[in-house]
Amino acid sequence: MPMEEKVRSFLKSLFSDAIIREDNFREQQSFYIKPDALAPICEELLHDGELDIRFLSDITALDWLSHEEENNGRFEVIYNLYSLSQRYRFFLKVRLPGDNPQIASITHLWQGANWLEREVYDMMGIRFEGHPDLTKILTPDELEGHPLRKDFPLTYEVPQFSWNKDQPPKVIK
Amino acid sequence: MGLEEKIPDSIILTSLDKVVNWSHKRSMWPLGFGLACCAIEMMSTFAPHFDLARYGMEVMRPSPRQADLMIVSGRVSMKMAPVIRTLYEQMPNPKWVIAMGACAACGGVFNNYAILQGVDRIIPVDIYVPGCPPRPEQLMDGILKLQEKIDKESVKDRHEEWGRKAV
Amino acid sequence: MPEERTVTLNMGPQHPATHGVLRVVLELEGETVVKARPVIGYLHTGIEKTMESKLYYKALPATDRMDYLAPMSNNLGYCLAVEKLMDIEVPEKVKWARACLAELTRVNSHLVWLGTHALDLGAMSMLLYTFRERELILDVYEACGGQRMMTSYIRIGGLAHDLPKDFDRKVRKIVKVVAERLHDYEALLTDNEIFINRTKGVAVISAEDAIDYSLSGPMLRGSGVKHDMRKANPYSGYENFDFEIPVGKNGDAYDRYLLRLEEIRQSLRIAEQALDGMPEGPYRAHVPGVVLPPKEDVLYKMESLIFHFKIITEGFEAPFGAVYQAIEGPKGELGFYISSDGSNKPHRVRVRPPAFVNLAALPLLVEGSLFSDVICAIGSIDIVLGEVDR
Repeated sequence: MPMEEKVRSFLKSLFSDAIIREDNFREQQSFYIKPDALAPICEELLHDGELDIRFLSDITALDWLSHEEENNGRFEVIYNLYSLSQRYRFFLKVRLPGDNPQIASITHLWQGANWLEREVYDMMGIRFEGHPDLTKILTPDELEGHPLRKDFPLTYEVPQFSWNKDQPPKVIK
Repeated sequence: MGLEEKIPDSIILTSLDKVVNWSHKRSMWPLGFGLACCAIEMMSTFAPHFDLARYGMEVMRPSPRQADLMIVSGRVSMKMAPVIRTLYEQMPNPKWVIAMGACAACGGVFNNYAILQGVDRIIPVDIYVPGCPPRPEQLMDGILKLQEKIDKESVKDRHEEWGRKAV
Repeated sequence: MPEERTVTLNMGPQHPATHGVLRVVLELEGETVVKARPVIGYLHTGIEKTMESKLYYKALPATDRMDYLAPMSNNLGYCLAVEKLMDIEVPEKVKWARACLAELTRVNSHLVWLGTHALDLGAMSMLLYTFRERELILDVYEACGGQRMMTSYIRIGGLAHDLPKDFDRKVRKIVKVVAERLHDYEALLTDNEIFINRTKGVAVISAEDAIDYSLSGPMLRGSGVKHDMRKANPYSGYENFDFEIPVGKNGDAYDRYLLRLEEIRQSLRIAEQALDGMPEGPYRAHVPGVVLPPKEDVLYKMESLIFHFKIITEGFEAPFGAVYQAIEGPKGELGFYISSDGSNKPHRVRVRPPAFVNLAALPLLVEGSLFSDVICAIGSIDIVLGEVDR
């Protein structure tokens, strides 16, 4: 049975009510799951010997502000899981609401998730419950806000004119 | 028939400015300070292919108290800006700054929230070397121009100049 | 009872041995490290946000500036991801040329690593030797793309220009010269008692810990896990080449040094095979509306001119969806996750940085050992701050 089938049957047999839908764009399998089911699913995957999903490649997040996808949840957190022996990769995707997005942390399962979750918090503002040290990691301490959100501007234009240098126009931030 | 044979029992007449400038420009000690991609090109300039030791800059001092040339090579992020200012203030006078690369000169390719648009917003810069990253020959050209600039300095207006530079 | 007190030492952003602007806050008890906490972000550039505001083509030069020691592999990862998203099939010649250049890039990165790592440990002459070899590779880059480091030569759908006429001769010279000079490096370092004392048994990580911390690249292979993206999920024609993956035993810094030297040899082997079997053909895929037409056609044909104008000003519209493409960069698994919302600009480009994830394991490597082992550990992880901070 190919790995795709194995993963699908494993998840459906144990967590059939947590899976919202499955996607297969460009032959990459991804499951949209409910936020509460993330930690149990990861724990089961880690302990299953046949699938051997022991490698967490990446944790990242998207922001669907002002797009029609926002109706399903503004933020999307993507967990990139890989099996070393079977050489198979698939994704678990979680949708979170726009105000006060929170999800359980998986640092107790994978130590590599520590810094990855810190970066997602710093850049997108998604809080991870149970994380040992959720602080800023990349941006300076003075910067307020979360840069990768769509409502954070790319740059602040500072107008420079020579004739009104003493009374510069008010910059709308 | 070199100069060394004549020196012990003769007098050489020159102006103080010339001697001081000559000693400044011929043995500058750069601060070992590399930020990003331009730092690799700076390391290539110190490497044997484009040797910078022939201009007297072989000794790269890691401590700012012992250096007099700061080559800001690479993009200066907002978190790093106070550190650069502290390093500049720790260097004793006389000191010179070369802004190497487009990112140090004007923000470069990156015009966004995280990059200081030019290091001359926080420290005074003497020479700007454009490029992304500049070739080692370009950096050497910048250093030679800095040596020409040092030639025009004078001992008498040094205090005034340093007073302005320390701002 | 005497109170135990520790000294907090700051290995600041400006330091000769931290390979850029890395800050490590150490708590020392005598010479032993009790706690180590790396502080990063001093080179944060907001590259991912910059790439969101540009068309797919215009976001390509920003990828060069992340891992600036191996610029072509960043280009390759991004282009493979966009080609996967747009479902573009590139010609065979492009695949072989890209593999050859990616292997030269790996040699480039490992040479710089070797020079700076040995410089940290006291062997200053290694830096001068490896930078001399590196000039040969930079000469090839300049002949291909016009620039010594940030070439952006690997483009979406193919290459920027055709391979230069003396590419074959130059790369063969590199293969011969670097293979000979590797003997010199080994003679200097491998059996050197000082080097062995400073690297054997230092910065050890076990295989279980390495998988737990999601390490990849030589950090993972040094602990005995035989995993390489080029063999596991081959991309860009790597299934045609015959090469081996070196694996270490103990997981210490000395094993990783031997492993990287062996990787240089295997990369030269792949580059030579790529030259021997390079097929003829076009250097760009023919996908009108997405891939830029070659310049010779643009000057003479009307449709090419129109497509060129439209692609440069408006770009192409990508289908809605998200892809992930991982390649084996010199530091580890370099991945690009590109999410598209159906418009001509990427909605989100996420770069999975191998150096960032590897650096998170620094506290595990150094806690309990001496202070000078911290320098060795930082060098052995092989970090590039441009990639860690992006």
